[in-house]
Amino acid sequence: MAEAEPKVTLDLARGLGLTPPEYDRIIERLGREPSYTELGLFSALWSEHCAYKHSRVFLRRLPTSAPHLLQGPGENAGAVDIGDGWAVVFKIESHNHPSFIEPFQGAATGVGGILRDIFTMGARPIAILDSLRFGDPADPRTRHLVNGVVSGISWYGNCFGCPTVGGEIAFAPEYAGNPLVNVMCVGLVRANGIFRAKAEGVGNPVFYVGNKTGRDGIHGATMASATFDEESEAKRPTVQVGDPFTEKLLLEACLEVMQTGAVVGIQDMGAAGLACCTSEMPARSGTGMDVEISRVPQRETRMTPYEILLSESQERMLLVAERGREDEVRRVFAKWELDAVEIGRVTKDGRLTVRRHGEIVAEVPVDALADGPRYEKPTAPPAWLADLQAFDPLSLPEPGDYGDALVSLCASPTIASKEWAFRQYDQQVGVNTLVLPGSDAAVLRIKGTRRAIAVSTDGNGRQVLLDPRRGAAMAVCEAARNVACSGGRPLGVTDCMNFGSPERPEILWQFAEAIEGIAEACRALEVPVVGGNVSFYNETLGQAVLPTPVIGVVGVLDDARRLATQSFKAPGHRIALLGPDAVSLGGSEYLWALHGRLAGRLAALDLEMERRVQSAVRSAVGAGLVTAAHDCAEGGVAVALAEGAVTGAARIGCDVSVPAGTRADLALFGEGPSRVLVTVEPAHEREFEALMAESAIPWRFIGVTGGDHVVIRAGARTVDVPADRLAHAWRSGFERHMA
Amino acid sequence: MRFGVVVFPGTWSDCDFHYVISEVLHQPVKYVWHRDRNLADLDCVILPGGFSYGDYLRAGAVAGKSPVVEALGEFVARGGFVLGSCNGFQILCEGGLLPGVLVRNECLQYRCQSTNLLVENVDTPFTRGLRPGQVLTMPISHGEGKYFAEPETLRALKARRQVVFRYATADGQVVRSANPNGSVENIAGVVSESGNVLGLMPHPERASESVMGGTDGLLLFQSLLGTLVEDGTFLKR
Repeated sequence: MAEAEPKVTLDLARGLGLTPPEYDRIIERLGREPSYTELGLFSALWSEHCAYKHSRVFLRRLPTSAPHLLQGPGENAGAVDIGDGWAVVFKIESHNHPSFIEPFQGAATGVGGILRDIFTMGARPIAILDSLRFGDPADPRTRHLVNGVVSGISWYGNCFGCPTVGGEIAFAPEYAGNPLVNVMCVGLVRANGIFRAKAEGVGNPVFYVGNKTGRDGIHGATMASATFDEESEAKRPTVQVGDPFTEKLLLEACLEVMQTGAVVGIQDMGAAGLACCTSEMPARSGTGMDVEISRVPQRETRMTPYEILLSESQERMLLVAERGREDEVRRVFAKWELDAVEIGRVTKDGRLTVRRHGEIVAEVPVDALADGPRYEKPTAPPAWLADLQAFDPLSLPEPGDYGDALVSLCASPTIASKEWAFRQYDQQVGVNTLVLPGSDAAVLRIKGTRRAIAVSTDGNGRQVLLDPRRGAAMAVCEAARNVACSGGRPLGVTDCMNFGSPERPEILWQFAEAIEGIAEACRALEVPVVGGNVSFYNETLGQAVLPTPVIGVVGVLDDARRLATQSFKAPGHRIALLGPDAVSLGGSEYLWALHGRLAGRLAALDLEMERRVQSAVRSAVGAGLVTAAHDCAEGGVAVALAEGAVTGAARIGCDVSVPAGTRADLALFGEGPSRVLVTVEPAHEREFEALMAESAIPWRFIGVTGGDHVVIRAGARTVDVPADRLAHAWRSGFERHMA
Repeated sequence: MRFGVVVFPGTWSDCDFHYVISEVLHQPVKYVWHRDRNLADLDCVILPGGFSYGDYLRAGAVAGKSPVVEALGEFVARGGFVLGSCNGFQILCEGGLLPGVLVRNECLQYRCQSTNLLVENVDTPFTRGLRPGQVLTMPISHGEGKYFAEPETLRALKARRQVVFRYATADGQVVRSANPNGSVENIAGVVSESGNVLGLMPHPERASESVMGGTDGLLLFQSLLGTLVEDGTFLKR
């Protein structure tokens, strides 16, 4: 080696994020001290981000099988069969740490990374959804982060040409030091045309394709596996820099080369870059790989093998082709003016051999790299939880003016319109988007068929903090309910688990409980988890984010013409409330927005009831019996009614009565699962009643649409607010912080 | 009418135009690669939206010098029709086929939203089925759609009735609040002096099916094809 490399010591290993026992384990697996380059490989692939070492033992609990499942966890993304010979490939992933350090590029490359996960499977990306969490929107620092993240998403997704159709943005002070940027992508592929990250066929050529390698993002995976402190700004160079134009070329080139039949396997160079691909691909196939590092296209000079292997430069793939068909691969990439360089061969020795000008600089069993440590660390419920749950929200006074309370809730940044963000995203490219952002779920048609897909993301960190198991189950239910309200049948779940440090027992307990909740809900709704992402260490100076599982659900509509949206369509339609009455103010938006409290208990969750409600609303939409369907979520039934009134093309008020129960604020603003509002034309009333009678769920007509006020009666209390006033509050509640 | 949809590296509305032309209008259509200079078998060339060549330098600047755009001069001279939407409009301006230029939106942000367009000139091949003062609804999706031209150019444009569409309110008022990107005099689309080259920032292909929220975009194609004029549907609107 020409350059002097640092001497490999335990201290160096610790500096790279490895623990002393892990370092010993490397020596044991190799039978010797690792070289500097080898140590780099282990530090990246054994990072939490790549190896899931604290989470794997829990993730086994998730149900991952279903008749329509084509690909479960373990590949770049999951896939489900939607019928008519088509499949959708989808996954959600976090880019939290990079987005905090550099919001624009952090978010942009988050989009880029998940897009590649989808098209590396052979699918054309057709939809992006972003689930974002930030601190107090009134804080100028938050404004900077929101601006950066939204413009980063806009820049990358728009230039690439994939519509952003949904997602959510929510705010809580716990995210101030660690914003969450979770991006979900959905792609479309022929069901028999899915590609996988295999390195099969000894002697087959290994191609490096796409962008050139630079020094950006080195040790990004390691950075994402540690908490933040005052020094975090210094980590800016670990954030990658994106180029959506190159990604678009890479998409077209990859899909075209896949059509030639010359591709055996392909994997995106994401976290841990070339190191990850050259070890994971052969590890999956029981083979090895021998690569010449000097052939890797580079855009900086004097890069070391260590840097080339660990760079997280964007828009790159590793592709294994059939021997003898190299020219077909080269021709396609030349057409799209991208590099495609043969850097090595598939071998049978089970080793990753890295050479530089022929000289071996690393030689490691691929199993040793791919098979990182697994921990079963202690879990313990946090000591403060019981006190927090014991708080009774009804010990607080009732609002003086219920109308003002409803207006305040509509203006709460978490509930208010996110048009400020969405108008910066292309929502329609591909001409598939039947339901634009802003309804319960986005709906996209599948051209050439009668079908459509509905997609939604959801996750309420406050509810998960108060009850991780039930809160996480509720997130699955809500995302699936959103799909059902649009008329879709959920087919698969992808989960992004955003938590603090797993080395703290109470955080790991939250995580374990949340996984259990997701598993229970998925089993009850008969929907598999097809893959996802775990993001630990979302803490700064010991302050962890709210435990936030974000759940993405994809569902199918057999008839694209039979879909529903949330807004009231005309006056004179009867409004029905489906589902149980049980609600709670514990962890509610009302309690936070009006009282600044996060405490209490969640409403009961009956998963069998949830399944029946979703089935009932889906049947009603599918039969064309309802003119609107809307899930009751943050802000309870009152906010759901207000949203029905103000989110459509025309403002249409309503006049309803809800059962008062214990207290009017609980009845109006209490949150609980399994509750859906629908509107029914008078002509369809009988048929609708008959369908509901069959569905064995509690339901009742609560009023009628019409007028220009939203009027809600709860016992002796009446909310009566002009729809225009609610609309103004809802439209300006978030945007006023951004102007 | 034989359509060709040009594909540059970075183009993304190509498939959408192709879909509308073949599946909605049932017209023959093929893709034209950016290096291709042969347009002999085409009647109408579409320059679609996207980020051609990454829109490096300026939106449409590199594509404006591409082989296919160079070949457009001769194609237009022999009477061929060219419709450039979004990035296509930017390319036509950069390539010198239309006057003016498109610069960064005044709000400095990307804008994807529905817009209303007041039809100012119905004597072009793309608008002959419309009536003067008609308002069309079509979405925009761009970061650099602010139309600009020197006062002299602008005067000439107006004198020759080359301004075809202006951003307006739903009832046709050309006011500042209806201008999504700060375009001079709310200009959304212009036609060449010869009349056979149209550039506009909005996306007609995204407003060509009722399930996509409207069909006003189809009216441009139908004007070109002359299909609806015969049954009079347009003229009476």
